[in-house]
Amino acid sequence: MQWLNVILQGVLIGGLYAMFATGLSLIFGVMRLVNIAHGDLIVLAAYISLIATQAFGMDPLTSLLLVVPVMALIGYALQRGLLNYTLGEDLLPPLLVTFGLSIIIQNGLLELFTADSRKLQAGAIEIQTFQLAQDLWIGALPLIQFVVAVAVIAGLQLLFYRTALGRALRATSDDQAVAQLTGLDTRHIFALAMALSLAVIAIAGVFLAVRANFDPAIGPARLIFAFEAVIIGGLGSMWGTLAGGIILGVSQAIGAQIDPGWQLLAGHIVFLAILAVRPQGLFPKVSG
Amino acid sequence: MIVEHATRSSRIGVALIAIALVVLASAPYWGDRQTLRLLAEMFTFIALASLWNLLAGYAGLVSVGQQAFVGLGGYVLFALAMLLDVNPVLAIFVAGPIGALVAVPVALLIFRLRGAYFAIGTWVVAEVFRLVASQISVLGGGSGISLPASVVLAMAPSRLMREFEMYWLALLLAVVILAAIFVLLRSRHGLALTAIRDNELAAQSTGIGVWSIKFTVYVLTAFGTAMVGAFIFLQKLRISPDTAFSVNDWTAFVIFITVIGGIGRIEGPIIGTIIFFALRQSFAGLGSLYLLMMGAVAIVVMLWAPKGLWGMIVERLGWQILPLQRHLVLRKDARGKS
Repeated sequence: MQWLNVILQGVLIGGLYAMFATGLSLIFGVMRLVNIAHGDLIVLAAYISLIATQAFGMDPLTSLLLVVPVMALIGYALQRGLLNYTLGEDLLPPLLVTFGLSIIIQNGLLELFTADSRKLQAGAIEIQTFQLAQDLWIGALPLIQFVVAVAVIAGLQLLFYRTALGRALRATSDDQAVAQLTGLDTRHIFALAMALSLAVIAIAGVFLAVRANFDPAIGPARLIFAFEAVIIGGLGSMWGTLAGGIILGVSQAIGAQIDPGWQLLAGHIVFLAILAVRPQGLFPKVSG
Repeated sequence: MIVEHATRSSRIGVALIAIALVVLASAPYWGDRQTLRLLAEMFTFIALASLWNLLAGYAGLVSVGQQAFVGLGGYVLFALAMLLDVNPVLAIFVAGPIGALVAVPVALLIFRLRGAYFAIGTWVVAEVFRLVASQISVLGGGSGISLPASVVLAMAPSRLMREFEMYWLALLLAVVILAAIFVLLRSRHGLALTAIRDNELAAQSTGIGVWSIKFTVYVLTAFGTAMVGAFIFLQKLRISPDTAFSVNDWTAFVIFITVIGGIGRIEGPIIGTIIFFALRQSFAGLGSLYLLMMGAVAIVVMLWAPKGLWGMIVERLGWQILPLQRHLVLRKDARGKS
């Protein structure tokens, strides 16, 4: 029963990783951009939520109503004002510019909020649990977080395959030049994709901040989790990314159960093993 | 018609380099201890940045995980010196081959990832190394360990001689690594690398074995990076997983140096290191604001001067310090085969 519990907790945290990962794979899918500052933007969302809870006395989950649009706006502006200029044949500019951005966000947050660990207080909901079976309990918050993750992915799936914006995003992803010929303003589409990506990680950032302590330096590790979930799941597949997040979460939970020092290592090892055995990921949809 | 590498500016450049080498090699006679330490640190960054430049600027392998090999080199030195009583200077030269050996399976694995995903893959590898290092309790585990005084004393009897020895070692490392990169770039493989830098697809279509060249460059770079890493931690006398595998110290700074100086040019990392240290000496007191500024400068350079400072000079003035480019010389009394 102890192991079942460990696996269950891993699955639930996997939902959070899946949200990190969908944000990353979304912009890679649309514009082949890998955002090195992705993890730091997740942390930025956590700090914006911190400000909202402290300044307006909001509940962290209510603060999503503020954090999500703010992050989406930041995403749109970032893409229009900076990242669009880095896109092209050469791989180096987007990589190095987002790397610079990551350093700027990390040190900006350090300057504003110091290196102290913070945590968002969500009140009574934090300690609420349900009993699933004898000796098997499930926390309300992790459950909400997992349900939200599934809902976000389902929502994105609908958006991609059922709406005009989704069609534009897919067209741009398939062939940028042809999309432009049919009258799509790709600069605008790219900026919308980045806004969407940051809206998703805004949700993830707030859940992260409620769940555990955070400080300005934890961003890069979140980027790595997101990346591992994307590669494990297979490029371009959203449900695959959810599976990737869950596999990563479960591996970490099992590793931590064996030895606390093995939590992160176990996740990395499973990732490397999948890369060795099945480099296209478990549920691939597009190639490289 | 003959093909030549040298130009007038490169002849002047080579002469200047020779003079600079003599001046730098004699630094223990004119510099104080602080100057020597600063110069030695600059040499290590020139070496690290030149290696990263070879990797990213020429072979197109943008790694943000070279700290894996810096840390590996450091840990190999500590393990050899503390557990097997190997002379630490000798250990530096053992760290190189071990770094290369470790790079082989790493490359086989992460070469499956392309482009930007390759970059993050290298980072995962560095994280794995860091986590593994913190599990090794004989080398201090997560909190790190200091090199015992007996190991340090074995290097040279007096403190002054040790300082000199470390300085010359740093200079030697930087010069050997730069010379090796220069020789590689002047060779047939260097021509292939330059072709890959300019257009990978076109390079492949002319029959260049892109994969094997990239693989070789990755392994060679690991060789050099591990040696520099071993030296850095012999200088520091203390190692911990977080300092050894620090992405800021061994990758962010190195990328900054290369981008500012000029990526894909052998001179770039040298110029970049000088600028980086000048900025650091004047603004390091600002702490995190200084790092923030550095990130901003790197973005600005990448957007408006993607070839860096040296790239701009080359484009405007056509200078080259080291004779690398090939060009045709037309002469009536050509001695070479026409």
